[in-house]
Amino acid sequence: MTDRTVNVAPSRTVFIGSGAGFAGDRFDAALPVVATLKNHSGPKYLIYEVMGERTLAIAQQLKRENPGQGYSPWLDRYLPQVLEQCVAHGIRIVANFGNANPQAAATRTHEIAAGLGIGHLRVAIVEGDDLLAYTEPGRLSKYPAIEGTDTDGRELHAANAYLGAQPVAQALSHDPHIVLVGRTTDAALVLGPLIHEFQWRTDDYSLLAAGTMAGHLLECGGQVSGGYFADPGYKDVDNLHELGFPIAEITADGDVVITKADHTGGRVDRATVTEQLLYEMHDPGEYLTPDVTLDISACEVQQIATDRVRVSGAIGRPPPATLKVTLSVDGGWLGEAEISYAGLNALPRAQLAAHTVRKRIALLGMNEPCRVEIIGTGSVHDDDTSSKAGDLNAAASGEYRVRAAVRSASKANAQQLADEILALYCCGPAAGGGVRQSVTAQVSTASILVERDWVEAHTSTRLVME
Amino acid sequence: MKVTLPLHAIAHSRAGDKGNRSNLSLIAYQPAVYPYLLEQITEAKVLQLFAHKGASRVVRYRLDKLHALNFVIDNVLEGGVNDGLGLDGHGKTLSSLLLGLTIAVPDHLARHGENLSDEF
Repeated sequence: MTDRTVNVAPSRTVFIGSGAGFAGDRFDAALPVVATLKNHSGPKYLIYEVMGERTLAIAQQLKRENPGQGYSPWLDRYLPQVLEQCVAHGIRIVANFGNANPQAAATRTHEIAAGLGIGHLRVAIVEGDDLLAYTEPGRLSKYPAIEGTDTDGRELHAANAYLGAQPVAQALSHDPHIVLVGRTTDAALVLGPLIHEFQWRTDDYSLLAAGTMAGHLLECGGQVSGGYFADPGYKDVDNLHELGFPIAEITADGDVVITKADHTGGRVDRATVTEQLLYEMHDPGEYLTPDVTLDISACEVQQIATDRVRVSGAIGRPPPATLKVTLSVDGGWLGEAEISYAGLNALPRAQLAAHTVRKRIALLGMNEPCRVEIIGTGSVHDDDTSSKAGDLNAAASGEYRVRAAVRSASKANAQQLADEILALYCCGPAAGGGVRQSVTAQVSTASILVERDWVEAHTSTRLVME
Repeated sequence: MKVTLPLHAIAHSRAGDKGNRSNLSLIAYQPAVYPYLLEQITEAKVLQLFAHKGASRVVRYRLDKLHALNFVIDNVLEGGVNDGLGLDGHGKTLSSLLLGLTIAVPDHLARHGENLSDEF
């Protein structure tokens, strides 16, 4: 029997900071994170999570039209400002800038490096999440959808599996400066480096659980460190304009401390960390990932110093035998438009405008479901039929905005509804103004579960040369 | 003596989404409030709050060590971010609707968010 505890080196700490938690996150948030990581000794990482289902489907289409496209447009926004410092200070970057095309992202990264005068940049990529690269769409439509739209008989624009942390760890074994992935779980961006640094085994479930939990806490950037949290007078956050993004400090035995970049706004405490721990969590006893089934139901969140929180008690069990795959299909068109009414008797005028638009929808015989609502009357909490609109007792005078929306397979119909709001300028109640309208192509998605062996047989990592 | 006040005064919440399903955390500012959340903020009460949006089922999970509850609400997003017609397809604002529910707690537990209240 081998005793694994004997040869374990003194517990090292890995430092992992977040540079972005969604596509569109504050563009310069990573700078204080890099400045803080620079001062730490030990393995240091900076992660970017910038993928969404919608952007992935669009990226797949771009890639089909041009093999050099389909990587994240955010690569050019985020990477140039940190690349030089990260290389100079040994901070490895792990990011899903790959989107639909990690190879193209790597090529673009080399271009950026060359432009900055950085030579010999080592870029590793992970491929294999794109099922359409190695399977017929017809095979995928045989799987029942566990959530989302009915994709049967519709053209698939994208089919991407959520890969786990193992391929990320494998990519790191090429000793790169940067790892670019497409679709993985968000937590894999954190767990991958931990597996690589600590050589955690695939059945070290309690350690994998701790690392996954750390990843879950970091995956939305500032949402764990005071972003998306402030409620003035109830729970206050200082200096949101320079919100500090989080840094996780994790040891080989799975100790997890969450803190944030030095000299920044925001806060890291029990309340901010608990909100993020439960974010997008369904059954807290069963958070399924390709690496481990995470159970946070017995987790504890402990403040150990100012802006330092220890999170413990994550339990791990074996992962499921399947991987989640997101299928994307054409979602038709969303037509939207709005118009404002303000001042005395504004609400009755807005109500007349909404009534007029509903009459027009009936007159034109539009069969698609439409939503016509009045912003300012609690509409965002209301339903598509505005059944609660009377409950708020909104004042007759004030500022209200009438909004109409429709989803249609027909672009013309989507535009038609938007134009009915526009026509209120001359055909509607008095003094409406500020019309804005948009008609945008939509993506609908569904999730299926596929055998992991099949995807893993097609998953690979490699260094991309300049 | 007990006072009745909005959840907003004594607990905080964040919404997350997956498809047409929302999860809403409900976290007590003070551990002593947690038993009152358990007692009064039931699955049935939350289902009723979101019934007009089509909510079909609510499952409530307990996180005793975090003095928090997690509500998972099926079919509440009217199609969600990819298929809904509302402005907030993610249902991000639904946490604020949850915090409008009222709760009765002993007056010494009344608060104004994280801060001591002199209103109650």
